Amino acid sequence: MHKFLIRRLIQSALLLWLLMTFTFFLTRATPGGPEAALAEAPKYTAEEKARIKARFGLDDPAPVAYVKWISSAITLDFGRSYYYLRPPFDIIKERIWPTVQLGLVAYLFAFIGIPLGVIAAFNRGRLPDVGIRTFTVLWDSMPTWWTALVIITILSITIHWFPQGQGRDGPIDWLTHIIIPAAILGFGGVVTFTRYLRSQVLEVLGQEYVRLARAKGLPEYVVIGRHILRNSLLPVITLMGGFLPGLLSGAALMEGIFRWPGMGSLYLEAAATRDYPLLLAIITMLTIATLIGMLMADIAYGMVDPRIRLSQT
Amino acid sequence: MTQLDRPAAGEASAADGRAASIARGRRTPDEEALEQRVVQGIWGRAWKKLRKDRLSMMAATGLAIVVFITVLGPIFADLVLHTSPESIQRMPDGRVAVLQPPSSRFLLGTDDLGRDVLTRLLYAGRVSLSIGFLVAGISVAVGTAAGLAAAYYGGWVDDIVNACIQFIFNIPGLFLLIILSVIFQPDVVMLSLIFAFFFWPGTARQVRGVAQSVRTREYVVAAQSLGGSDLRLMSRHILPNISNVILVGAGFDVQAAILGESALSYLGFGVRVPLSSWGNMLTGSTDMFEKAPWLVYPPGAMIFITVLCVVLLADGLRDALDPGV
Repeated sequence: MHKFLIRRLIQSALLLWLLMTFTFFLTRATPGGPEAALAEAPKYTAEEKARIKARFGLDDPAPVAYVKWISSAITLDFGRSYYYLRPPFDIIKERIWPTVQLGLVAYLFAFIGIPLGVIAAFNRGRLPDVGIRTFTVLWDSMPTWWTALVIITILSITIHWFPQGQGRDGPIDWLTHIIIPAAILGFGGVVTFTRYLRSQVLEVLGQEYVRLARAKGLPEYVVIGRHILRNSLLPVITLMGGFLPGLLSGAALMEGIFRWPGMGSLYLEAAATRDYPLLLAIITMLTIATLIGMLMADIAYGMVDPRIRLSQT
Repeated sequence: MTQLDRPAAGEASAADGRAASIARGRRTPDEEALEQRVVQGIWGRAWKKLRKDRLSMMAATGLAIVVFITVLGPIFADLVLHTSPESIQRMPDGRVAVLQPPSSRFLLGTDDLGRDVLTRLLYAGRVSLSIGFLVAGISVAVGTAAGLAAAYYGGWVDDIVNACIQFIFNIPGLFLLIILSVIFQPDVVMLSLIFAFFFWPGTARQVRGVAQSVRTREYVVAAQSLGGSDLRLMSRHILPNISNVILVGAGFDVQAAILGESALSYLGFGVRVPLSSWGNMLTGSTDMFEKAPWLVYPPGAMIFITVLCVVLLADGLRDALDPGV
């Protein structure tokens, strides 16, 4: 387990470093970088431009700038946002909490997928199964951003209101604002969980120990609870980590559409204004979050499943 | 010749012609015929099964209709509607037709600049569909090659492919796509290449998994011991037996590419105006929805229908091609 953990940590660090390096040089070495944006700005004199360049470290040759950037990035200092003129990490700290709220509520919705998957598996081929599977296929074929727009349209036509931003007048206001984006976001997870659970339960149902449990006369709720559910629910833990990257990118879409003041909409704003220090900071933070999610899923899976735990040592 | 004695005849003449074929260093016509029949066997059988599957046939028809109208749509727009995607439409009294609801004159209405929505929808379909199929094509080609090589050779090839898969899976794709899009302002082909970069590991992982188990089957080992080359083993013996996995992967890629492109374009970081795609037709139009709800439904509906047909068809093909059933 320790060996496995250390190897995974090294892999994750390597990935993070590669991605940071890649994105850094991407923002540096291409036309359309910060210099171009500055050169396009007509209202500055040459002198002022030189000062701005010096201030944001644009004078340094790329390798020097890279070493400077990455050594300060390790301490979460990503320079200064071009737009906000503040350290990106401070801005991120303000915007991270709304995204966490959105993500957590979306997760709550996603858990609906667990009973749905179990119900579908126990009724294989019958009406509940067909209904649930039809729903998953339909939802998967719909662009989520469009679903959001249709809901907004319907709401604004019928009751002339649609939730925008983060409700700030007490919990009910907050709830009415978060419920629609979180539900749309979470339904992607419902589909994933339903599919996974259905195939898991079907697989476990065919195992010999389930037949044995029935054969020795255990009551059905013990067979279902202790033998079927326990064995098919365990792998869900890995899904929860794997769902994280999708959740983050989905959150960016929903935040953009519903003007939810989180990291995703911050990222979109930064991309629109070409605020490279902020973009680099956010993508680094998101990669760290993704890697931690994946790593925790692996560790958790190893802890609950003895077979994995033993094979990892 | 009846159906029953065909294989026997084939085998016999194959055996007779073996010496000759070895002497000439190539296959006899009989062997080729046998081989062709085997190949036809897989696809022929799949087609037979697929034809009985009503849902798959409906999906195939739906997809064909979508492709047909987007390919021929611009001609229709030019000759029948007399519109082009960028032209500003006018009312009979000469005013610019801004935000006109659907009518017999503008079948799906007009947008805020007075452009005909139906015409734009047809042109946009070309862009969206091209990206969908281009991404799937590249992703399946690269993913299959990588996955097959990883499973066949094992060792360091496997390690490298696995490392690439792991690496790309852990990248926050949408966010990197946005940075890339801001910097490069990619055109359709470039955008497809970037998407394919994120998609091939999914196919490669699936292919690798199945190919690993097929690799150890007896007929593959037998072909190997008869002196079949690596390339022949992979293309003739392993590939046909994992075709269902590849096709499902392709279906999934088309689905994800069309949905992903639409989302990225909707955000304004994908296909760029003046080119229209099903995604960017709605960019920044949230404020108009109360006044012009008819703008919202068509692009999403087209994406929905297309993707649904692709998914159902891929699902049907998987069942039809499953050698186990």
